[in-house]
Amino acid sequence: MSDDQKGMFGTEGTGDTSGYGGLVPSPANAGSTERPYGGYFDQVTDDLERAYPDFSDAIERVVVDRGELTLHIKRERLVEVSLILRDRLKFEMSMGVSGVHYPEDTNRELHAVYHLLSITNNQRIRLEVSVADTDPHIPSLVEVWGGSNWNERETFDMFGIIFDGHPGLTRILMPDDWQGHPQRKDYALGGIGVEYKGAVIPPPSDRRTYK
Amino acid sequence: MSTYADPYASSRETTEGTVFSVTGGDWDSLVTEIGQAKEERVVVNMGPQHPSTHGVLRLVLELEGETVTEVRCGIGYLHTGIEKNIEFRNWTQATTFVTRMDYLAPLFNEAAYCLGVEKLLGITNDVPEKANVIRVMMMEFNRISSHMVALGTGALELGALSPMIFCFREREKVLDIFEFISGLRMNMAYIRPGGVAQDLPAGAVDKILATVKDLRHSFKDNEKLLVGNSIWMKRTEGIGYLDLAGATTLGVTGPVIRATGLPLDLRKIQPYSGYENYKFDVVTADTCDVYGRFLIRINELEQSLRIIEQCAEKLKSLDGAPVMVADKKIAWPAQLSIGADGMGNSLNHIREIMGTSMESLIHHFKLVTEGFRVPVGQVYSAIESPRGELGAHVVSDGGTRPYRVHFREPSFNNLQSTSAMCEGSMVADIIGAVASIDPVMGGVDR
Repeated sequence: MSDDQKGMFGTEGTGDTSGYGGLVPSPANAGSTERPYGGYFDQVTDDLERAYPDFSDAIERVVVDRGELTLHIKRERLVEVSLILRDRLKFEMSMGVSGVHYPEDTNRELHAVYHLLSITNNQRIRLEVSVADTDPHIPSLVEVWGGSNWNERETFDMFGIIFDGHPGLTRILMPDDWQGHPQRKDYALGGIGVEYKGAVIPPPSDRRTYK
Repeated sequence: MSTYADPYASSRETTEGTVFSVTGGDWDSLVTEIGQAKEERVVVNMGPQHPSTHGVLRLVLELEGETVTEVRCGIGYLHTGIEKNIEFRNWTQATTFVTRMDYLAPLFNEAAYCLGVEKLLGITNDVPEKANVIRVMMMEFNRISSHMVALGTGALELGALSPMIFCFREREKVLDIFEFISGLRMNMAYIRPGGVAQDLPAGAVDKILATVKDLRHSFKDNEKLLVGNSIWMKRTEGIGYLDLAGATTLGVTGPVIRATGLPLDLRKIQPYSGYENYKFDVVTADTCDVYGRFLIRINELEQSLRIIEQCAEKLKSLDGAPVMVADKKIAWPAQLSIGADGMGNSLNHIREIMGTSMESLIHHFKLVTEGFRVPVGQVYSAIESPRGELGAHVVSDGGTRPYRVHFREPSFNNLQSTSAMCEGSMVADIIGAVASIDPVMGGVDR
């Protein structure tokens, strides 16, 4: 995915010379999954479509991968859909927000991923919102699930995603006057090389990487 | 430089920069000033260095007399950047990092992460049965040792010293088991993607059963000390109230939500690692208070012992069975073994790669320095840690290193409920409420 990764010993492709690694490229990050999704996922998407007529406009992609359902959702519709998921589809709990930074995903660099749990139906789904680095605004879900408060603060702290409407969006893990957002891919890990018997072992971020 | 003049630290400019002369305040004028104030509102900082806040937790309390009107938590004092660091290590090395997050439940951190990686690799069903049984057994032992600290320190913070001594004594027995099996008492990195680091040593099952018997006997001491103890109940009953609606909206899990009467236990409702094959009960209480959470922890000890006994029974027939996936492209090549100085590479393995087989050496080198690749995708794997739902959101870009791993730490989410539990209560009750959440700051701050 990253262009700056360097191959090992000048090999192309995966560098797997043995031929029995057994890995095939997975199209998980591209395109929508076709119906039927299997399991309870058809049921959940059907229920959501019935309860929310604008489904096709709000949901950009439906991805089912490794037995998990991800709804890629437009940020303008996030709060409306979340309310329906909570009240009509019984997703009572939001298990948190995790950010992911994809610098190569132009104009959708920052992703916020919400993990929802329905206790009533014993189901899990995931919402994913992507925004551009230049406009990192996502509406806050604190009004829907109060527990999102700290999770959104953490994602702001680590990625710089601004959750509009959050009651107090401040840093939570890093010091208040910290510069930058550490979990972004353009934020260096730091560290210093260690000398041992004349050779220098570089810091982890400068060590050789493999494709 | 601000122009703000501090009455107790006058300043003058010199060639070296601003020099402050700190003079200190005048107590008389301070007391007169407070006496003139109309309201008795006081803001107190509790922590981050305070013996009863479970590590480096800072609580900012707004008091009116003895009543707490507002509580705010200050966290981040133990932030170690583990999630960032593992993006620069290979998939197997990351277990060594994640085990250090919630340092009282290291095996749960490893398990959540490894289950995520296995799901991404699509080898969840290929993990050998023995590895699953060992994982379940180690996790249940870990639940006991974690609850022991929760109960012991919780009681200590409320002023009861003896339970702490007993609890740490029992915990020591569990740590001995960990040392016997993995070579380390804490932060074992024992659970690895694909299985566990090494097989059980000889005589393990007998030792486990003996420890279970011993623990069951000594847990009675703790129960006698605290259950039904009127002083203890006065400090815990009706304290730190949080009902089901509050718990669900705040994303609170674990003993705190089970104390509202909801049997939310992922081991039962979304089993992993073969938990569906064990007989145990989900312990609940309906009091929504500190005493209920305390009773849940006490009673979960017995359920964990039941599971461990069933594991030991299964292990008897699994002697010599594999503990790592058969795929040599994933399984860690260095057969680890426990020597006199702890866990290390097995001498037989070193002999093979250095003396007899060039191919083994190449294979070892490739897998240890480069690691294996994990197909593109993202998964969320959740397990029931002693504190609630511990989730790992694992993202791979197809490389040999995690692209992003985020942990949904139960301590982090549960700690949010401090304000809801404590506002309006007495200062002394905050201690009990926080202790009943059992936050581990290593997990909260990661």
